[in-house]
Amino acid sequence: MSEFLAMGGYAWYVWGSYGVTFALLALEVMLLRKRKREAKA
Amino acid sequence: MKWFWYASPQTFYPLAGTVARICAVLAVALTLAGLYVGFFVAPTDATQGEAYRIIYLHVPAAWMSMFLYVVMALWAAAGLAFNTRLSFMMARALAPTGALFTFIALWTGSLWGRPTWGTYWVWDARLTSELILLFLYFGFIALQASIDDRRRADRAGALLAIVGVVNVPIIYFSVKWWNTLHQGASVSLTKAPSMAAAMLTGMLLMTFAFWAYAIAVTLARVRCEIREQG
Repeated sequence: MSEFLAMGGYAWYVWGSYGVTFALLALEVMLLRKRKREAKA
Repeated sequence: MKWFWYASPQTFYPLAGTVARICAVLAVALTLAGLYVGFFVAPTDATQGEAYRIIYLHVPAAWMSMFLYVVMALWAAAGLAFNTRLSFMMARALAPTGALFTFIALWTGSLWGRPTWGTYWVWDARLTSELILLFLYFGFIALQASIDDRRRADRAGALLAIVGVVNVPIIYFSVKWWNTLHQGASVSLTKAPSMAAAMLTGMLLMTFAFWAYAIAVTLARVRCEIREQG
């Protein structure tokens, strides 16, 4: 498991890419949900 | 086909909701499948080690960034040609997602470049033209937001989107036209892909996942646009 997380020494590059990407996608979905709620009211 | 039937925002609204829900489910399923293949099935790259696994995000995001811009410009052009409100709404709904994928392509490319090239950023043709694409998306969004009159904002934005399309072939062919640090395409329509089958499968799964995500988010946003404008 820790070997997997280490990514052969490239952990920052690999998880930095995946973390930021999925965080931004989740943020977009959250902002859209908020906008939808406010449009309803 | 009754094309203009669906050009009416009111008839499009429920259809968009159904398609968005299906695509959202598809996006999650395809992402899980793509990550599984990308991390557990595909082997370690012989020269790049584990760092290459960034390409499962980078390449699909870069494709989406260009593709979404072309689709946005096409909707803008359709809006100018037919004067349909829904076309302009589609163009406006695509811009934030396109900008997001452009940023992701730049960010992941940067994190891939550091271990592979030894630098986070170089001002070479591919990277610079992709950065210009990000500014074009920002320009489109900012221009629309700065004009109060909706119809004028739509038409001004459409012109910017259509003129900016010239940048897309520049990005795509930049690796051929200039000597750049960025490698040429490993996957193209004209020749067999130059990568392992499992790597290609993972990349294609992530590409379809991003497609489904982009469709779902764009349609959800267009529904907000329709509801806000009534």
